[in-house]
Amino acid sequence: MPALKELEEAFFQSKKDKEFQKELSHLQKTYIGRPTPLYFARRFTEYLGGAKIYLKREDLAHTGAHKINNAIGQVLLAKKMGKKRVIAETGAGQHGVATATGAALVGLECEIYMGTEDMKRQALNVFRMRLLGAKVTEVPVGSQTLKDAINEALRDWTTNVRTTHYILGTVFGPHPFPVMVRDFQSVIGKETRKQILDAEGRLPDYLMACVGGGSNAIGLFYAFLKEGIKMIGVEAGGEGIETGKHAARFAGGSLGVLQGCKSYLLQDDDGNVLGTHSVSAGLDYASIGPEHPYLRDKGIIQYTYATDDEALAAFELLSRTEGITPALESAHALAEVVKLAPKLSQKEIIIINLSGRGDKDVQYVARIKGIEL
Amino acid sequence: MISRIEEKFRELMKKKKKAFIPYIMAGDPSLENTKDIVQMLEECGSDIVELGVPFTDPLADGPIIQRASERALKAAVTLKKVITFVRDLRQSTQIPIVLMTYYNPVFKYGEGNFVRDAKDAGVDGVIVPDLPPDEAGGLIRSSRKASLDTIFLLAPTSTPDRIKKVAKASRGFIYYVSVTGITGSRLSLDGSLDKLVSEIRKCTDKPIAVGFGVSTPEEASAVSKISDGVIVGSAIVKRLYESRDDLKRYVISLREAIQ
Repeated sequence: MPALKELEEAFFQSKKDKEFQKELSHLQKTYIGRPTPLYFARRFTEYLGGAKIYLKREDLAHTGAHKINNAIGQVLLAKKMGKKRVIAETGAGQHGVATATGAALVGLECEIYMGTEDMKRQALNVFRMRLLGAKVTEVPVGSQTLKDAINEALRDWTTNVRTTHYILGTVFGPHPFPVMVRDFQSVIGKETRKQILDAEGRLPDYLMACVGGGSNAIGLFYAFLKEGIKMIGVEAGGEGIETGKHAARFAGGSLGVLQGCKSYLLQDDDGNVLGTHSVSAGLDYASIGPEHPYLRDKGIIQYTYATDDEALAAFELLSRTEGITPALESAHALAEVVKLAPKLSQKEIIIINLSGRGDKDVQYVARIKGIEL
Repeated sequence: MISRIEEKFRELMKKKKKAFIPYIMAGDPSLENTKDIVQMLEECGSDIVELGVPFTDPLADGPIIQRASERALKAAVTLKKVITFVRDLRQSTQIPIVLMTYYNPVFKYGEGNFVRDAKDAGVDGVIVPDLPPDEAGGLIRSSRKASLDTIFLLAPTSTPDRIKKVAKASRGFIYYVSVTGITGSRLSLDGSLDKLVSEIRKCTDKPIAVGFGVSTPEEASAVSKISDGVIVGSAIVKRLYESRDDLKRYVISLREAIQ
C-alpha cells in the first residue's frame, strides 16, 4: 500500500510538472517516433467492399507496438522517484521489450517476468529483451502465461519495493495503474482525432481495437468517449466460447477480484481463476482492465470476440492486401472489421488501432501452418 | 463476548508465554491428511492453527506454499470444502482456527454468506492477505456481527497511519509480516524487527504475531522474545512433504523455542 501511495503521488505530480511533460513529449517525438501515421488502407477497403478503413499505425512506434508509450512514461517516473530498478511482466513480449528499451534509455536495471508457455511462443522477443540488457525470468507456475507473470512481478515488487518500480503493462492492477497507463496511452486517441479531422474533415463512425488487458483500446477510445461514436473492443475467442478455450471475459466471465483489481474474470464457481487460451499471447489473460466493464455498462463501448482462426485469416489478409503484417493481437480487431465493413456503406469510416506489428508472430504462425523455417 | 483467539492470548499472557501458530495448507495433499496434521500440531502444543485455503493465484506466497496450493487444488479442495472440513474437525478439537484465504473465493462465495458459514462451522478468524482494510468494510461489518476475528497485515514499510488503520480493523491479533516479500522469504534478525514491533506497540495493545520467514527454532525463539506469537508456514509445509517423524520433531523444537 505505501508503494501505491508513493506512486500515485509521483504520477499526479508529474502531470503538473512542466519539465516532466516536456521531456515525455520530446521523447515521444524523437525516440518513439510520434505521431504515428493514420493510414487509409485502400486495397483492404476495396477488398472488403464497404466502409472506409483507416489504420492507426502503432506498429510503427519504436519497438513495434503501442506498449512503448506507457513504458517510456513509467521509466521517467521511476527515475523521478529515485528507483534503481524496474520490473515488468510480459505476455507477447512487446511490453517486456518496451520496458527493457526504456530501462536502457534512462539507465535502470531491468528484469522481465514471462510465462514458460509465452517464452516458447515468443522466442524472438525473449532474445530482444536480453539484447537490450534485461534479465528475463521464466515463470513456470500456474498456467505459465501473462497472469502468472503478473503474479511473479507483484511478488518481486513486494520484496524489493524500496528500490524497484513495477511497470505494469496494461490498464489493470491496483490504483493508480489503470489511470496512469490510460493516461500514457491516450496519446493514441488524441493524435487520431486530429489526423482524421485533417484527412476527412469529420470524426469516424467506428473505432475498433483488440482487448487483452485493454490499454491500446482505452488509448484509442479515450479521446472519443463523449462523441457517440460506435466503439468495439475485440477479445480473444480462442477455439470458440463453447470449447472453454478462450479469453473472452465478457462472453464467458463474471465479476471477480484478481491482482488488486475488481473486474470481469474467467473463474469457476469457487472463485478460482480459469485457464485461458488464445493464439495471441498478448490477449491470453483471464481478466480485463476495470474501466472496460464500466464503459460497457454505460453503453459506451461494445465488446465482441474473434476466434484464433479468424485472427489468423485477418493476419494473412492484411499482409497480402496492404503489405502490413499485423501482430496477432491486432489481427483480432481486423477480424471484426472483416465481418463488419462489408455491411456498411462506403461513406462510413472505421478506424482500427493497429496496435503492433507481426514480425514477432511470423515464426509461430509458420509453425501453426506446419511450415519449418 | 471474547473470541477463542483473544481468550488464548489472555491465557498465554497470564502465563507469560507466547503463541505458537503453525500454518498448513488445507487439503495438501488431502483433507484427511490435514486432519491428522492438525491433531499432531495440537498434541505438540500449538496454540492456534492457521489453515490455508488453496487459490490459483496466491500472490503473497513463495514457491513452497504455491506448490502446496496447487496440490490442494488438484485434490479439488475449495473454500466451501475447507469450511465443511472445519465443521468436522470441531467434533474432535477446540483449538482456535484461522483461515487464510485470498479475496476472490470469498467474494465469489459472498462476504456475508462466507462469514456466516465459517463462523457457524467453528472458524475463529480470517486473514485475507490481498484485502487491505481500506477495501474490507463489508467483510469487517459482517465479521463483527458474527464475532469472527478479522486479522490484517502490517509490513516493515507500513507508515504510522497505516499501523493505526490496521490495528483498528484487526481483531484477535495483528499479523506482522517480518520482511518485505512473500512467504518463505529469509528473515533478518538485525534489530530492525524489534524497533518496528515497538512502533506498532505504541499504537495498539492488541497482540502482535510475527510471520513470513521464520524457519529455525533459533529464529522462532528470537521472534517470540519481541512479539506475542510466532507464525511458521513454509518451513512446516516443506517438511510435510519429507518425513512425518521429522516434521513432528521439528514442530516440537519450535514449540520449545517459543516460550
